[in-house]
Amino acid sequence: MGGLVIRDLTRSYVREDGSVLYAIEGINLDIFQEEFICVLGPSGCGKTTFLRTIAGLDNATSGKILLEGEEIRGPNPKVGIVFQEYSLFPWRKVIDNVAFGLEMQGIGREERYRRSQPYLDLVGLSQFSQSYPSELSGGMRQRVAVARALAIEPEILLMDEPFGALDAQTRNLLQKELLEIWQKTKKTIIFVTHSVDEAVYLADRLVVLTPRPGRVCEIVPIDLDRPRNRTSAEFAQVRRKVLDLIAQPKCILE
Amino acid sequence: MIIGGKRFSDKWLGVFAVIIALLFWEAMAVLVVKNVFILPSPVDVLNAFLNLLKGDTLLKDFTVSLVHFGIGLGAALIIGIPIGIAMGWYRGIDAFLDPIIEIIRPIPPLAWIPFAIIWFGLTDVSAGFVIFIGAVFPILINTYSGLRGIPRVFVEAGKMLGCIRDRDLIRYIAFPSALPQIAAGIRIASGVGWMCLVAAELFGVSKYGLGQKLWHFYNLHQMDSVVVYMILLGLTGLLFDWIFRYYIDHHFLRWRSGEVA
Repeated sequence: MGGLVIRDLTRSYVREDGSVLYAIEGINLDIFQEEFICVLGPSGCGKTTFLRTIAGLDNATSGKILLEGEEIRGPNPKVGIVFQEYSLFPWRKVIDNVAFGLEMQGIGREERYRRSQPYLDLVGLSQFSQSYPSELSGGMRQRVAVARALAIEPEILLMDEPFGALDAQTRNLLQKELLEIWQKTKKTIIFVTHSVDEAVYLADRLVVLTPRPGRVCEIVPIDLDRPRNRTSAEFAQVRRKVLDLIAQPKCILE
Repeated sequence: MIIGGKRFSDKWLGVFAVIIALLFWEAMAVLVVKNVFILPSPVDVLNAFLNLLKGDTLLKDFTVSLVHFGIGLGAALIIGIPIGIAMGWYRGIDAFLDPIIEIIRPIPPLAWIPFAIIWFGLTDVSAGFVIFIGAVFPILINTYSGLRGIPRVFVEAGKMLGCIRDRDLIRYIAFPSALPQIAAGIRIASGVGWMCLVAAELFGVSKYGLGQKLWHFYNLHQMDSVVVYMILLGLTGLLFDWIFRYYIDHHFLRWRSGEVA
């Protein structure tokens, strides 16, 4: 459940002048079930394109992505996503946002509320079920977005810099909560970030992409015990190692 | 314009201004103009209003005008919203219909009166048609741009949650997301449609109607009654706007409270 095989994944765009722009090129990666993967790279390196292709929101130019042996060709209920920007539907109450996916499956109101409630509990926002998103803080909105993505019980959860717009304290708190959710729900998580600190804190393995076109430059296992302590010497050591790795010429040069 | 949260004294300042204006009007009419035909005084107007209240004509005028307005605005909603949605969602339909709409749109609604009479005769539908022409474009254009302005992330979030087909995306994502702008379009349309009412009733589609009576009393040279109908037209338009705003804000757009709209 939740294992992902990525082979020779390339996404290119044809510019107006006819030249071809490669966003990602020849990515090969095996992601194991229940694994927490962080994709790290500079802005514009194709991290988001990579994630969108797994989501089925973007189509690969060549290569393929197999989820449990089945190729991903479009949005798929086995894959959930949390976007960087606030994506909650502002016209729906929190509970109706979380229950949206179940509603699309034709499940009746009572049943879908009953099944959504545990996910709202999981992110600690049960008492806000009747609020509208505009009444919530940025951190709370992203928590609801996580609950909404999980409510349809996907096997893989994709996260595209979900905490990028939050202040540092909230971000650290949400990272901690996300790890707890991950341990409870046993999802495979692919988390895109440009923060080394965030990646080292969260990931089992860290995939470093090169600048455009995005290729896999380095795959770094993070062997720190969980729960991790950001201020420990070991953490700092791993962090330094990763910083050195991403500073290698082969990870920087196009 | 009342913006809300006014201080007590500000409110009385406004009332005070209205009283001053009425006194000034009365003084001009009684002391300077001295001719009820050219400028009836507020007292003349009040008397005319009380006289009109004795009959049942006012109620009939209101009813008939509401029918005209209802036909026009109703048709504008039924036609404007679906076309706006189709053009906003499907690029092909947009490219196909846009030139036609851009050619028809600048024609003033009143220029349609001859064809309104030829097509619908001297009927309520005829008046409704003129109002429809005035009301349909604000609704259509606002619906269209409301759909065009949907953040892409809403559509993608919907797709990832199993809302895939166009009709579901329109129903569950695009339409609710565009609703504030559609509502604004309807409000503009209701204002424009109401303004077309007087002209729509001027060519004799009915024996009653606020606009019809305005012309009727003009022909009788009863200018005090003309002013009564002018004021009624203005107040009714204001009432529509107020009801509309209150209703929409409290029933459909509650989610916007707390946001800077």
